[in-house]
Amino acid sequence: MPTAALEIKAISAHPGPVPGKGAKRNEGDGVCKLIDVTTCIGCKACEVACLEWNGYPFHETKFDNTYQTMPDLQWNYYNLIRFNEHEFADGSFGLLMRKDQCMHCADPGCLRACPADGAIVQYSNGIVDFQQEYCIGCQYCVSGCPFNIPKFNSMTKKVHKCTLCSDRVAVGLEPACIKSCPTGCLHFGTKDDMKALAETRAAQLREQTAHTNAGVYDPPGVGGTQVMYVLHDIRNPEAYGGLPANPTIPLMVRLWKGPVKWLGGLAISLGLVGVVAHFLRFGPKEAHPIEEVHRP
Amino acid sequence: MTNGWIDIKNTDVMLIMGGNPAENHPCGFKWAIEAKRERNAKTIVVDPRFTRTAATADQFLQIRAGTDIAFLGGLISWAIENGRYHKDYLVHFTNASFLVRNDFQLPEEGLFSGFDPATQAYDKTTWNYQEGGNVTGTAAASSAPGGAPQHPPAPGSSSKAGEAAPHSSSGKGGEGQGYQAFGAVGAKAMGPGADATMPSNVAHDLSLQHPQCVFQLLRRQYSRYTPEIVERITGIPKAEFLKAADLFTSIRKDGDAKKVGTIIYAVGWTQHTSGTQTIRTAAMLQLLLGNVGRAGGGVNALRGHSNIQGATDMAGIFDVLPGYLKMASPADVNLATYIKRTTPTPSKPSEWDSYNYWSNTSKFIVSFLKAMYGDAATKENDFAFRYLPSIDRKYSWVEIWDDMYAGHVKGLFAFGMNGVAIGPNSQKNIEALKKADWLVVCEIYPDETSEFWRSPGITPEDMKTINTSVYRLPGAGFAEKDGSFTNSARWLQWKYVAVPPPGEAKLDQEIVARIFLKVRDLYRQEGGAFPDPVLKLSWNYTIPENPSLAEVAKEINGRAISDVTDSKSSQTIKAGQQLPGFSWLRDDGSTLSGNWLYCGSWTEEGGLTQRRGTDDPSGLGVYPNWAWSWPMNRRVMYNRASCDIAGKPWDPSRAQIWWDGDKQKWGGNDIPDFKIDSPPKDHMGPFIMNAEGVGRIFGPLAAFADGPFPEFYEPTESPAKNVLHPNQQNNPVARRFKSDMDKFGTPEQGYTIVCTTYRLTEHYHYWTKNNPMNVELVPEPFVEIPAQLADEMGLHGGETIKVSSARGHYIAKAFVTKRIKAMMIDGKKTYQIGIPIHWGYRGIAEDAGKTARTLANALSPAAIDPNAYTPEFKGFLVKLEKV
Amino acid sequence: MPADFSTDRRTFLKLGTGAALASVLGFDLRPAYAQARELKIARTTETRSTCPYCSVSCGVIIHTLGDKAKNVTPQVVHVEGDPDHPINRGTLCPKGASLEQDIVNSRRLLKPQVRRPGSDHWENISWDQAIDEIARKVKKTRDDTFVATDPQGRTVNRCEGIAWSGGCTDTNEFNYLVVKSMRSLGVCYLETQARV
Repeated sequence: MPTAALEIKAISAHPGPVPGKGAKRNEGDGVCKLIDVTTCIGCKACEVACLEWNGYPFHETKFDNTYQTMPDLQWNYYNLIRFNEHEFADGSFGLLMRKDQCMHCADPGCLRACPADGAIVQYSNGIVDFQQEYCIGCQYCVSGCPFNIPKFNSMTKKVHKCTLCSDRVAVGLEPACIKSCPTGCLHFGTKDDMKALAETRAAQLREQTAHTNAGVYDPPGVGGTQVMYVLHDIRNPEAYGGLPANPTIPLMVRLWKGPVKWLGGLAISLGLVGVVAHFLRFGPKEAHPIEEVHRP
Repeated sequence: MTNGWIDIKNTDVMLIMGGNPAENHPCGFKWAIEAKRERNAKTIVVDPRFTRTAATADQFLQIRAGTDIAFLGGLISWAIENGRYHKDYLVHFTNASFLVRNDFQLPEEGLFSGFDPATQAYDKTTWNYQEGGNVTGTAAASSAPGGAPQHPPAPGSSSKAGEAAPHSSSGKGGEGQGYQAFGAVGAKAMGPGADATMPSNVAHDLSLQHPQCVFQLLRRQYSRYTPEIVERITGIPKAEFLKAADLFTSIRKDGDAKKVGTIIYAVGWTQHTSGTQTIRTAAMLQLLLGNVGRAGGGVNALRGHSNIQGATDMAGIFDVLPGYLKMASPADVNLATYIKRTTPTPSKPSEWDSYNYWSNTSKFIVSFLKAMYGDAATKENDFAFRYLPSIDRKYSWVEIWDDMYAGHVKGLFAFGMNGVAIGPNSQKNIEALKKADWLVVCEIYPDETSEFWRSPGITPEDMKTINTSVYRLPGAGFAEKDGSFTNSARWLQWKYVAVPPPGEAKLDQEIVARIFLKVRDLYRQEGGAFPDPVLKLSWNYTIPENPSLAEVAKEINGRAISDVTDSKSSQTIKAGQQLPGFSWLRDDGSTLSGNWLYCGSWTEEGGLTQRRGTDDPSGLGVYPNWAWSWPMNRRVMYNRASCDIAGKPWDPSRAQIWWDGDKQKWGGNDIPDFKIDSPPKDHMGPFIMNAEGVGRIFGPLAAFADGPFPEFYEPTESPAKNVLHPNQQNNPVARRFKSDMDKFGTPEQGYTIVCTTYRLTEHYHYWTKNNPMNVELVPEPFVEIPAQLADEMGLHGGETIKVSSARGHYIAKAFVTKRIKAMMIDGKKTYQIGIPIHWGYRGIAEDAGKTARTLANALSPAAIDPNAYTPEFKGFLVKLEKV
Repeated sequence: MPADFSTDRRTFLKLGTGAALASVLGFDLRPAYAQARELKIARTTETRSTCPYCSVSCGVIIHTLGDKAKNVTPQVVHVEGDPDHPINRGTLCPKGASLEQDIVNSRRLLKPQVRRPGSDHWENISWDQAIDEIARKVKKTRDDTFVATDPQGRTVNRCEGIAWSGGCTDTNEFNYLVVKSMRSLGVCYLETQARV
């Protein structure tokens, strides 16, 4: 086993079960990044640390009446602080700053939508990672993502997004953004620990500050996420630069990869039965490319 | 900082004002966040703009730039009138009980007593204590000069202010002069730099009721700073002010002495013509609340650069020698007169004790002279004292440029200092450089200063008339050099070389050493003006033309020249050995030390600045074995004040040091910043660097140029009349420069908008404009403009605007934001705008033609604070137009 | 068998063919692993330093290529916060996090240059020549502007014509050498970023 490797939990467009699933004891809910936006100072150290670690080049940007570095994420810009001038319900003024990046959903819409076998994997630690080597550039993952995260590189025809520094995590380091964060508004640990930390912080905000509606963002619509937020006002996530209130995997993807998936599974089974029957009846011969069945 | 970065986590309430730590010190700001998370600490942010620091605050107040004294004075008054102060601390650890001369006058009309309109300077004779003794219980409060106090006198006080107070009742000191003895009659007039003394047995009233006691004067001084006045001056609505006042002083609610509050500031306070006094107001407020010397308290200056604390300590400012020793004056006819002039004598109630650490001045200066001149410094020649230049006027930053513009300064070294961009009044600095003979720049990137001769607007034809020789030498970056930086918390930390300098770039020390040694060769060969100091300077480094910084660090610490023995312990430091601390310094020439304050940083044990111990036994964030902190590794200054008069911590849960009765010593979790064996019963004051031993709420004599108490004055350029005293608009002793390049604007001329300047978190001064990643984060210059003002002007975000002051203009894009709101200043709607300073005419964006290549400091005025000589980079007047 | 399961396409799974065949039937108990990218700092040399920007003094670790062997010229490949440092505990701000680009930067000045009086351009100059010329100018200015006594006849020993302006990132030791050399020349205008 290589040292810098992670165990896989889910694979895009992979017929049959994930190899070895359940072979090891449950290690909890995996790793998790907690973002306490109430202590984010919008310094963008996370943006720089990410860019520096991943070795991506300098982007030409343009002043756009905001502190925000650029309007949206790019294929080689994995995380972005979104700045929003905001008036709270009590009339007080606020500058909301939210680090936007892949949420590493427990039920990843991108992975569900992806038709390329192995192009998107979910490791057993919860990180959802794109394997560009197998990406076919169809961008179904883009439409499958309720957070509008994956970005297409038109030169290489591949899609990219935050890896949660799977390379660092694999050797026991924290992600680059987490390490850099000056105020500790970013925190890293197991999902269970981060949940507890988030709830404690939200309760503290409700009890000790004017933010009586503070809460934890861990949307159930995508099975929860390995990236959670503590928000000043959990009722209004949209105010933080379009964080969806109730993100769900798009209906088409859900239908195709959910209820309809059994059709695919059935097709595989039938195919296998067919192969066996065929083999029994006609002897060895080249197998059908059953995979075709899955291609929408 | 009196405290330190990590110590902020110990606080209960923070007033962050005149600083924007979330943006400018993000990694230090984590400890403020830690206090919020772990202790439910509250934060109040006061700033001209809603900053990214404000985004995390419990309360934000938008203040007009340059009016901080009005706000803080209002806080002091509110705290006093509402009983939100620390009485015991005030009585025992400050000069609140000291009596001030009867002829001292508060500036009700704008001027303290002693102002001479002819010289525009103060005679500070009346700014002094009274000689006397304990007058407690005899005070009157009825007819005090300068108006009656608002509150009735304490029961039992009967005598009148005009009457002489009785002699000292305790009699310990025995001087017993009537407090009027040290009257105006006998006092000598004092010009700037002149000397006067404070009485040795200060009259004091421990009940704080005497109308001439500092506390009552303080109360009277700020009684004028009512919430209504605060609102008219600062633009902060009364209700918001009251809420903030209540929150910050809540730590002293109901007589609580356990809680602690901190004040955190930066150059948002310093860069005004009243900068020093603004900081002083904060210090006074902290003394009043009993917050100085305590974990989670203090007055915490966040310095803006990696080693300007070190530069200040090492005398990178004209008026001092290393370790804050005063520069020689022409009046010092010899070393003895210098020592006499610069060594204070204790001034305190005779029953109290004062360590008066500056009484060791002679040891510090002689050890410094031995480091400078080695064997050439002998007892016979006054340790070569006369080799030092003597000064009796200012040679500060703005004077350099003013005197160069006037043709006096002919040559300038600029080593990592971009004077054109830094300003103020950048165009004047460019014109000044045109008049210089030579300029030597050492930099790592091309900067504005080295290219002043081809700054925007100068044609090749013009260049023919600029006769300045400019040398631009490639220096080494931080990763290419070793040596130590001193951080804001006074920690000296050693860093190591990671890579060699690129190309032909050289280490800075090699460049300076080679220039100096070459000059010395020339003097040796050719003679010249007074060559002795040049020829005899001690430069005995192993490699003289490229001194090892470790070797230099050892010299700064100091060593014994001949055997030195401590009479008490009989311990001996052998000749040639490193000194363990400054208590070993001698004034007989047997020790040398380049900077007494750093003595103890590199001992026989090695470089303590290199220590990496990560243990923090107390959990208070002391980290005693990480690097080394001046003085003598003490992490919180004045920490004796963390205990009550008996030597017990005010808050046992944050115990820093305490008196150990068994050992008869002070000890604890930090190194006591105190005389280790002085028992509490001796009542030695915790403020050991003051001759009084106590904190100065009243700054006596020459402590400050503009008054023993801070008074609010309008900035040099202001949109409003001074509502406290319309006849005294500005700080009367602040210096405005007067060359033909120094123009000042008024609202009548159309300059109606208050402008402030600052840095962004994404950039660092004029440095990261060369760094692609930072340019990506914020690519272009902009000006932050209130949305309401933009609406009035029909201006949209992203449009180009021109900002003009009386001195110059700046062109950038408009950042229209709700984070700055219109203010009502004395009933008039007033706007502020803000300009990040980071751009110039050389940089990635500049070279690509993406900016107008103008300088923010082309706008700022050459007007300086009379104490710190810092220019007013913040709070000047401009006008705005669309381009 | 389905074409998908050929080992060619699935090398990243690090599975043997037999295992792959078995896995499709759900029998294999060996977990699948994905190879993460090579850690770029796995074999670099670490040097402890202090961030040169603000006064918080964040500890940084400079990762350089090579192991400091004689035949290697180190180059910076990465800069990261020092987790042991009590103040920053590994964190960095957006300026500190980009320090790699401050050290390795194509805009760095690499050669001594001079701009002659009246000229409109920079010329390269050797270090020896530059230091010779500068020393000559320093001596001449000092000799021309030295004030030994003031109008009242008091000794002052001032060099009034030369000013020093020092930077914010100069080390204590360098500043001390400046104080020594400049004060020995009699320089009074000795200022640094500490003032402004």
